[in-house]
Amino acid sequence: MGNKTALYDTHVACGGKIVDFGGWDMPIHYGSQLEEHHIVRQASGMFDVSHMTIVDLAGDDAKRYLQYLLANDVDKLKDVGKALYTGMLNEKGGVIDDLIVYKMPEGYRLVVNCGTREKDLAWMEKQASGFDIVLTERPELAMLAIQGPDAIAKAKEVLAGEKADVISTLKVFQGLESGGWMLCRTGYTGEDGLEIILPEESAVSFWQQLQTAGVKPCGLGARDTLRLEAGMNLYGSEMDEDTSPLQANMAWTIAWQPEDRKFIGRAALEAEKTDGVKTKLVGLVLEERGVLRGHQKVIVEGVGEGEITSGTFSPTLGYSIAIARVPMETGDSCSVEMRKKLQTVKVVTPPFVRNGARVYK
Amino acid sequence: MSNIPGELKYLSSHEWVRVEADGTATIGITDHAQDLLGDVVFVELPEVGAEINAGEEAGVVESVKAASDIFSPVSGEVLAINEALEESPDLVNNEPYEDGWFFKVKLTDESDLESLLDAEAYSAACEDEDH
Repeated sequence: MGNKTALYDTHVACGGKIVDFGGWDMPIHYGSQLEEHHIVRQASGMFDVSHMTIVDLAGDDAKRYLQYLLANDVDKLKDVGKALYTGMLNEKGGVIDDLIVYKMPEGYRLVVNCGTREKDLAWMEKQASGFDIVLTERPELAMLAIQGPDAIAKAKEVLAGEKADVISTLKVFQGLESGGWMLCRTGYTGEDGLEIILPEESAVSFWQQLQTAGVKPCGLGARDTLRLEAGMNLYGSEMDEDTSPLQANMAWTIAWQPEDRKFIGRAALEAEKTDGVKTKLVGLVLEERGVLRGHQKVIVEGVGEGEITSGTFSPTLGYSIAIARVPMETGDSCSVEMRKKLQTVKVVTPPFVRNGARVYK
Repeated sequence: MSNIPGELKYLSSHEWVRVEADGTATIGITDHAQDLLGDVVFVELPEVGAEINAGEEAGVVESVKAASDIFSPVSGEVLAINEALEESPDLVNNEPYEDGWFFKVKLTDESDLESLLDAEAYSAACEDEDH
């Protein structure tokens, strides 16, 4: 028996097929992962992501602490509500976790993964010495993602009044509080939408109101095919403690300036950059039958070998796509070892799909 | 609870076989199997005319979740494959015992059928797997 979110009974009542997900009993789908995927691309779907870990940070040194803890620079967060995507690195430049940090009126809020919760919290505590900060985990908060072209309109329909007004003002990658809820225009699907952090006692009624308004419950299976089409990284697949952000398409999340900001992992990243980064993450496309899967071997003729980090059938495109770690010199095609046969695939630059349509060339 | 028709024979690897009135055998995967796999997106089937052997790989079913080998419960010559699966692989999910069948075989050895599981034994095998 794993951990259960406030919505567990609701998922079961909605026909959710429950699986273990990083120690949590979560719905993988409610009947058809493909249908749920298409609903998010074409209308709106909702996901329970309450298993994510929310940590609030306060104290006089909060900013200075995060500037040391994170590879991206929270000094970029000039206004309350602004969000920043970043890696939290170890000393050798490997990614302990990827996370979103929001600037809050009284400090910062960090949203980290569920499977990495314990090591993340231990690491954050360990690095806190010498800083005047207070870290507070918020397990009493639930989190719902409402995603799709109709998501914002549906959420405003259900949340008439002040919260709907706040949603109207939100810019992309911004989250603002209203009446104890936090309304964030973020997501993990490549569609417009919201992630809403709310008290867990309100989660069931909000979910049911959204469902009545026509927002379809979607499981974490569709969340994975959606994020992969959107070319977004998944912790433990595209990156981990032995992979630097330079090897994980996350170079854009490293704030090198100002040069005197000594964040954890900086020296290792600088050394890696000087030596030359050896691998890169690319997109793979197989337009024929068959499905690319994680851990399949990639062979780049005359160059070397790599590995698929995430592979799936793309419901939007109708064929298989993958993200793979390959040698830096890899060109526009390579082979994948699939079920003992070599299959030629196209190398592309993710994302594969944005706003419901193919975008890779 | 999965649908396990009483008149069919089964492999513990979740294939079913139905002996038709003309003596040919139709093969597919069970309701329990399609439920475990999730949405089926491709099915690779043997070629018509191919000789296949009982217990050996005869194709592959790919779902959003995983690729699984299809084993033939019987030996024989492949008489027909279900071409509708090319356009509509979801037939495997929606009608695993009817329009979601995989291929038909002309039996070479009817005694193959004797070693297969009946519905009760297959149901017990599924329960064991779940626990």
